Amino acid sequence: MYVISRRIGFYILTAIAAVTVDFFIPRVMPGNPVSAVLAKMQGAVITKQTLAALEAQFGSNTREGLWGQYLHYWSNLLHGNLGISTSNGMVPVTTVIRGALPWTLGLVGTATVLSFILGTLLGVLVAWKRGGWLDALLPATTFFQAAPYFFLAFLAIDLFAIKLGWFPAGSARNTLDFPAFDWTYISDVLDHAILPALTIVVASAAGWIVSMRNVMITTMDEDYVLIAQAKGLPKSRVIFYAARNAILPSISGFSLAIGFVVSGALLTEIVFSYPGLGFILLDAVQEADYALLQGIFLVITLAVLVANLAADFVYVFLDPRTRQEA
Amino acid sequence: MAIGSSTHLGAAQADADDPLPAGDAPARRPRLRLPRSPKVAIGLGMLIVFGILAVIGQWIAPYNPARTFSTTASFPQPPSLAHLLGTTQQQQDVLSQLLAGGRSTLLVAFVAGLVATVGSVVVGVTAGYVGGLSDDLLSMLANFFLVMPALPLLIVIFGFLPASQGGDDLLIGLIIAVTGWAWGARVLRAQTLSLRRRDYVESARIIGERGWRIIGFEILPNLIPIVASSFLFTVLYGVGTYTALAFLGLVNPNHLSWGGMLFYAQVAGAEQSGYWWLFIPPGLAVALLGTSLALLNFGIDEFINPRLRAAGLSRRRARRAGVTGAARLPRRFVLGVTPVVDAGSPRNGNPR
Repeated sequence: MYVISRRIGFYILTAIAAVTVDFFIPRVMPGNPVSAVLAKMQGAVITKQTLAALEAQFGSNTREGLWGQYLHYWSNLLHGNLGISTSNGMVPVTTVIRGALPWTLGLVGTATVLSFILGTLLGVLVAWKRGGWLDALLPATTFFQAAPYFFLAFLAIDLFAIKLGWFPAGSARNTLDFPAFDWTYISDVLDHAILPALTIVVASAAGWIVSMRNVMITTMDEDYVLIAQAKGLPKSRVIFYAARNAILPSISGFSLAIGFVVSGALLTEIVFSYPGLGFILLDAVQEADYALLQGIFLVITLAVLVANLAADFVYVFLDPRTRQEA
Repeated sequence: MAIGSSTHLGAAQADADDPLPAGDAPARRPRLRLPRSPKVAIGLGMLIVFGILAVIGQWIAPYNPARTFSTTASFPQPPSLAHLLGTTQQQQDVLSQLLAGGRSTLLVAFVAGLVATVGSVVVGVTAGYVGGLSDDLLSMLANFFLVMPALPLLIVIFGFLPASQGGDDLLIGLIIAVTGWAWGARVLRAQTLSLRRRDYVESARIIGERGWRIIGFEILPNLIPIVASSFLFTVLYGVGTYTALAFLGLVNPNHLSWGGMLFYAQVAGAEQSGYWWLFIPPGLAVALLGTSLALLNFGIDEFINPRLRAAGLSRRRARRAGVTGAARLPRRFVLGVTPVVDAGSPRNGNPR
């Protein structure tokens, strides 16, 4: 379909641009990343190959031209080679990321879906009961939205994990090795995931509530809602008809929101020592592990692009107007 | 022409205001003003307090925020009379840090908001007004920045920034602005597109006004509420992003800010050890600052789209007031999806 193919084209271009940005940042910024990495690696044995690999990665001390480096970078990327992680004993960056990615996907994915559903439902309710006591919910959710995610995470740990002792205060599971994939393991993982997920949901639901409420209020003034009411349809049916139309901007606004949620979730992971991408991101920052830093940026960007594409698919599926040739 | 446009919008305003129970203000002139809702009042008041504290905080702080009070104590000390909010792991006074740390946070956020808003106006209005290929390219650029997750990008940029430049407020604000202008540009472009086709802009073009004059005097004044909203949104974004970057230790940790205080709280293991005075004051400050900006933004939203105002729109309240049916609800003024904007009237009656 025309719309979808155009969107896919845009996302491919964006992905290429993201890779290009990723390539240029270490070359444009002042300072010498190689010496910074070496300074951080004091004590480690640095072979000639390591040095050469680092220099190739950041484009210093090399005779290859910029264009050649760029092509080289792409060819490495397409072969799944993101460089070596200096802070994790010289293992490939892809290995480090592969270990952390499932945790982030599980946590952020679940929390995002939950907060979207919860926020949208609450937004419908607040709009329908406009002028009632539920309007007081708005300033409260505003506070949670304005508070940094990691501050809420601090509060959640202090209250629910330390003072009340309901949930574990950090990490993703109790045992370090992977036991049998049985109920003990699953419940353990869930137990560790509830508090961080709850933090993300509470922090991000406010955005969905406000946007849904605002569109819903406008939609409720449409003629077809009035007709539905005049026909004497049950209230739930009327709300359903209005909400079905009001949800479209929320879905198309997904691209703006998902970036925020992912960024916030990364920080939440850091506070909870949750072994996802955010956690190794902090490691990478502190250890000046630039290859890992760049790799995580690429993976997150691509994941966000894929999520956006999925939202676009849903949008085209839900709104028949977009399927017509413009 | 100016009169024609302002009466048209004035009528819309009067009609939208009609169902409001506020009959106490006789002959209100449509002026650029915010609705007198408690949300706006609280938001504005809080923001002013934060602004004043940012300026004078350093002077009213009881101690030098960098002063170390004890070399023997190795744990953060809880609040006491000498230190109302306790001390940090390094035995520095938390209250002094809190008061002095606001300046950097606000400065970075406002620089980011200002630069990003100027950028979004330039890009958005140009794209909307000029159209054609430049519209396609500029929209593409904005969409690109919109889908790019900003924080990871900023982390990569700051990660490569040498430590010596990590504490420059203006530079930090500028870099944050690079990732924060796209949303405003998209909204402004959409509104410019719709304004461009309005009669008064068309007639200005037919009269032979120059392009920059049409943009500056016909279109921009009508965009002011949206520009203001996008400015507040970007400042809010700047506060959150700067705090996050400082929390990660990407900003020079010796550069005092609320995010930096949270960084040290995390380093001290505050949430695990119950040192609440290390993370609650700076976190609450950031959250309240953000809330004040968001509340103001609500006010502007309600100004742009009168239907969002809660007062007078409650069906129940309307019924209680004896209004039968929904006839008096503001249903007639549906100008497409375009919100009713009545800015430019300060120059009402000003001969062009």
